[in-house]
Amino acid sequence: MTALTKAEMAERLYEELGLNKREAKEMVEAFFGEIRDALSHNEQVKLSGFGNFDLRDKKERPGRNPKTGEEIPISARRVVTFRPGQKLKQKVEAYAGTQS
Amino acid sequence: MTKSELVELIASKQTQLSVKDVELAVKTIIEHMSQALAEGQRIEIRGFGSFSLHHRAARVGRNPKTGESVQLPAKYVPHFKPGKELREQVNESVGQDY
Repeated sequence: MTALTKAEMAERLYEELGLNKREAKEMVEAFFGEIRDALSHNEQVKLSGFGNFDLRDKKERPGRNPKTGEEIPISARRVVTFRPGQKLKQKVEAYAGTQS
Repeated sequence: MTKSELVELIASKQTQLSVKDVELAVKTIIEHMSQALAEGQRIEIRGFGSFSLHHRAARVGRNPKTGESVQLPAKYVPHFKPGKELREQVNESVGQDY
């Protein structure tokens, strides 16, 4: 099974909602674009029924170059984490097969 | 930002579709993604990230009220891995005041 991509999401908007192909493509772009913009302005994104995209600030910590063994600090950074909502967790929990 | 704020934002930046249309489209996208994951399908959005399932082994849990042991079956949980562009954009906001 191949992965779901933006192209298939746009295709569904075209088939199910009757958006034209350009509108459908722009809608999918806008969906992910606006989420990304909010996150890059340090704003949490909550999609009820699906999950929350949270931001976490990580302090600098000691690291190591795995090849040379040399110690290099890992700089402080901000990262995105995704916390799936109850509804999504329940839907996925029952999945029994092996992933593609 | 909530789902309804996302809908308002997308609607405000274009002229062809009503807020209702955008709302339905956003719902459809989210439903499509949930459905894919529920069927064990990965989601790959270039520049944004990928969603997949992670396996959790069966374990013995405990009812915190009664202290009784319960067998918890193996399960899958949704996992998101941010893409390079998203990681970089988010990290650039460190130290900036919004």
